[in-house]
Amino acid sequence: MAPCGIVPYAAAKVRVAAAPRRTHICPVITALGAAVRRQVERLGSVGEFVADSARALSQTRTWTANAMQQARRLGVDSLPIGLLIAAFTGIVLALLANYSLTGAVPLYFVGVLLEKTITLELTPVLTGLALAGRVGANIAAELGTMRVTEQVDALETLAYDPYAYLVVPRVLAGTFMFPVVVALSMLVALGFGYIAARGIVGLTASEFQQGVQLFYTNFDIEYGLVKSASFGFAVSLIGCISGLRARGGAEGVGRAATNAVVYSAVMILVLDAFWAMTWLQAKRT
Amino acid sequence: MIRLDNVSKAFGEKQVLKGFSLDVREGETVALIGFSGSGKSVAIKHVVGLLEPDSGTVFVDDKEVPALPRKELYELRSHIGYVFQFAALFDSLTIGENVGMGLVKQGKLSPPEIETRVAEALALVDLPGNQARYPAELSGGMRKRVGIARAIALRPKYILYDEPTTGLDPVTSAVIDELMLRMQKQLGVTGVVITHDMRSAYRVATRIAMLYEGSVRQVGTVQEIQNTTDPVVRQFIEGRATLDQEAPRAAPTPGGRR
Repeated sequence: MAPCGIVPYAAAKVRVAAAPRRTHICPVITALGAAVRRQVERLGSVGEFVADSARALSQTRTWTANAMQQARRLGVDSLPIGLLIAAFTGIVLALLANYSLTGAVPLYFVGVLLEKTITLELTPVLTGLALAGRVGANIAAELGTMRVTEQVDALETLAYDPYAYLVVPRVLAGTFMFPVVVALSMLVALGFGYIAARGIVGLTASEFQQGVQLFYTNFDIEYGLVKSASFGFAVSLIGCISGLRARGGAEGVGRAATNAVVYSAVMILVLDAFWAMTWLQAKRT
Repeated sequence: MIRLDNVSKAFGEKQVLKGFSLDVREGETVALIGFSGSGKSVAIKHVVGLLEPDSGTVFVDDKEVPALPRKELYELRSHIGYVFQFAALFDSLTIGENVGMGLVKQGKLSPPEIETRVAEALALVDLPGNQARYPAELSGGMRKRVGIARAIALRPKYILYDEPTTGLDPVTSAVIDELMLRMQKQLGVTGVVITHDMRSAYRVATRIAMLYEGSVRQVGTVQEIQNTTDPVVRQFIEGRATLDQEAPRAAPTPGGRR
């Protein structure tokens, strides 16, 4: 910091005109450096958090007690919202397919479009985004409240590792239950897509089945479920990080919940692009 | 024995502790007094390793707390009970589960033995039969007593009380004072009590230490503190708004609760 703006006296006399320019540039460089440093530190602390959580996996006796409860809270309790979104997604997709394909291709292609979009993209991403709000905010608010009311400190004084007791069960529940919710959502979306196509377009069951099976591969389901597991991991981990770093009472808890939802949503889109660019592209070639 | 040796701790630019040193001998109860935000809670959080000193160190039973590996730190913590200022009970658990939580973690007792120990601990704080209730159903005083029950259920060697009587009515405060005395005299538990309540400090403490501007201003027996000539300590123990009846109140200390 010291060199910025400090010019030896003789040099200052000679380079009077240059001095103001340096004072303008230096704060910018300083601010840029500080911002980069903050981001690197933040990234490092996230890495440390993940490493501590991975280490806590070995404390099975501590986390198994909570894992089933979290699986119910994060997974089973999320089913209604997940299935509701899936139902409407199926209906809208069927109508969109009908609108797009009318007269150009056989009607059973509605089934093709539904199967591909529902399994590969829409159900994992839409359900993931909905669950990012529900699960991410839930975890961040709960752990944030525990943090600001010293419950996390109390856990530590009782010789519990907060990573084993709080983080591991939630991250495992998120990782394993997101695919379950998404798998059921895929079925519901296809079911409602078929009902809409049959009721509005007049597609028969055999035509729909023919369309669904035409380009179906097991990869479609596999890709959608693995992707949703990665979403579940990211959403629950971000919720835990935001919650356990909450500071400053109710305002801090609110900020933690907001951050959890925003970062989770962004992370879902980033992961979605990542999987498309890597696994999906590799499959195509 | 607990020994805080020249501990310094800052949060950002806020220097809370500056060369804080205090010895707590086996079997005694030391009351730690000081202005609000002077860093008393910060000091005792170092004892259980919830905070690490920027400089200086802390010893418990000759073990250097900041240098302990995680496993040994958890082992040490199982011998130290910590009573939080606002109880810090787990909202989603019943009172029985809260009190028995440390015992479950230790894994030394069977579930029926844990139930018995929990019932004993709750009876000691005059809350028998409340195992099935939730923290939200209890008053502030009851919650504090549950917090104490949770700490004593482990039968710890040391107990750290963070303002155990703040915000309580005089009768409940007296009950908690009695409990702290019982812990010391009957079970030989070594204690540190953070308090602003001088009546409580005189009653339960074998020694009193005053934390002022990051370090110990004075430490001594109850009688020594009562007869002190230090103007800052006198101002505090007498609860006067001015220092030596003339000067304004001593400037607020730079510390803060974390």
